[in-house]
Amino acid sequence: MVAVNETSRTGRYDVRGLAEPDAEAPKTARIDGDSAVVDAADLSTRQINLELRRLVYGEGISEVTVTNPGAKHSIAVGLLTRCRITVDGSLGYFACTLGDGPEIHVTGRVGWSLAENMMSGVVVVDKNAGSLTGAAMRGGDLVVRGHVGARTGIDQKGGTILVGGNTGSMTGFMMQRGRQIICGNAGPGLGDSMYDGEIYVAGTVASLGVDCVEEEMTPRDDELLDRKFRIYRMDRPERFRKFVCGKQLYNYDTLEPSERKLVL
Amino acid sequence: MCGIAGIIHLDGPGDVGLEMTKMLQSMKHRGPDSSGYALYGEPQDSLVMRFKLADPNETGEFDFAERLERNRREVESRLSKIGATVDRVDGESAYAYRAEFRYEGELKPLADYVENIPGCEVLSLGHSLEIVKDLGDAETVAGQYKLDAFRGTHAIGHVRMATESDVDIAGAHPYWAYPFSDVAVVHNGQLTNYHQWRRRLERSGHRFQSECDSEIIAVYLAERLADGLDLETAMKQSLDDLDGVFTYMVVTETSLGMAKDEMAAKPLVLHQGDNLVAMASEEGAIRAVLPQEIDSYDPYEKEVLVWSR
Repeated sequence: MVAVNETSRTGRYDVRGLAEPDAEAPKTARIDGDSAVVDAADLSTRQINLELRRLVYGEGISEVTVTNPGAKHSIAVGLLTRCRITVDGSLGYFACTLGDGPEIHVTGRVGWSLAENMMSGVVVVDKNAGSLTGAAMRGGDLVVRGHVGARTGIDQKGGTILVGGNTGSMTGFMMQRGRQIICGNAGPGLGDSMYDGEIYVAGTVASLGVDCVEEEMTPRDDELLDRKFRIYRMDRPERFRKFVCGKQLYNYDTLEPSERKLVL
Repeated sequence: MCGIAGIIHLDGPGDVGLEMTKMLQSMKHRGPDSSGYALYGEPQDSLVMRFKLADPNETGEFDFAERLERNRREVESRLSKIGATVDRVDGESAYAYRAEFRYEGELKPLADYVENIPGCEVLSLGHSLEIVKDLGDAETVAGQYKLDAFRGTHAIGHVRMATESDVDIAGAHPYWAYPFSDVAVVHNGQLTNYHQWRRRLERSGHRFQSECDSEIIAVYLAERLADGLDLETAMKQSLDDLDGVFTYMVVTETSLGMAKDEMAAKPLVLHQGDNLVAMASEEGAIRAVLPQEIDSYDPYEKEVLVWSR
């Protein structure tokens, strides 16, 4: 009980206004059968996430709507089960990150690092997104109907990023696997230092990054694109160009320096 | 990390003081060290000078209060000596003051003469610009300087997490573009060719009050503007001349501008309404003044945008 008194005396945050020591799921969601609505207006980041966990894990509810998210950071993170979340509004940084399974629909825009390290699942954003969209993503589909910022899919290790608009500089920087489908234009340094994976661009490319080359589209590529656009009911631009790693920077081997001397 | 925010009313004055406080307070986690404002009220014939005589974290010697009082009187007498007619001098704290005076001559000699007093720094000088900066979060500073009642057309603000220099008022943003009237800058990022530019600008006669890299941007732009360039051209040139990662905002008597480096390494979210443009490091700051659903986007690399009212 001491902790509760402490919390009420200092508000939800510590004196610096940063950490939130004793958050509990607020249990304010309106539950109706197997769906629920969480009004996030007066809740803190941790309270919203704890409430989502309570509903999805504890109550077994499969459809949750979050209203009034107010562009808060780190909402709907770390959900490790299949569920359907609709966010009615905009989110801040690190939205929908670290997920494994959820289908999340954001009707507004999101800030930096959307769906970072997503393992599987689907994230759909109706408006724009910030930089580092889909950073280090490992699986699942990430769809942004608007524009995205710089360094989209940096360090991407799997899954698909589908962007309806333009993307900024250094898109696909150091990406290692997976695909990116950009319907608009790409900024300078596309696919810089990428190891593997494919980037499809329908618009213009300002410049290619180091060791990124254009490759011919195959019927398999077209089929994949058709499928993705069909799933998300988006209009497919007719012509795409495909960019892959040129593999000219592959200087790796498993030899020790002394062994290399022997080989050479 | 730092957080920056800017707002401009294109259809006449608004409560920019209150709005900027809300925006900065919602970004407190980005920089709890100090908060700063550059606010534009209605332009007037007389000049407004904001100046400080000491830092709040300076240890007070036994005659600290007397020294401040002595120096404040010295500022007034120097203003009169250089030919200004002082209308009023108000103190908002023991060390920060606001002076209103009428003066026709060049600003540089005046600022240099006043700053020659030990510990004195001119924070801003202009017909409508007022820079207020102090340690603490936005609500603390706004309360101390009574900024909630400030009405004006546009403003920029900054919450600082000190990385390149000390936690004091001299290191806090915004920076006045000394000695250029009514221009101020806030910056989020690090400049890597700071020392080169500082030497260059010092050789052409500019003074630097802090060790903070952001001060370069203000003085750089001031020099370009003095050369006769318009704001947008000067800002575009700065993208080539300044190295490092940065998103900065600049305000003049009539305009608000933003510029982003070629990597788009630092964040900025922009909302462009019919009568209002608001931008900040985080969307949450824009939401603090516009709670309804709005459209916003992140400007791209090398983007320079200027709005004028």
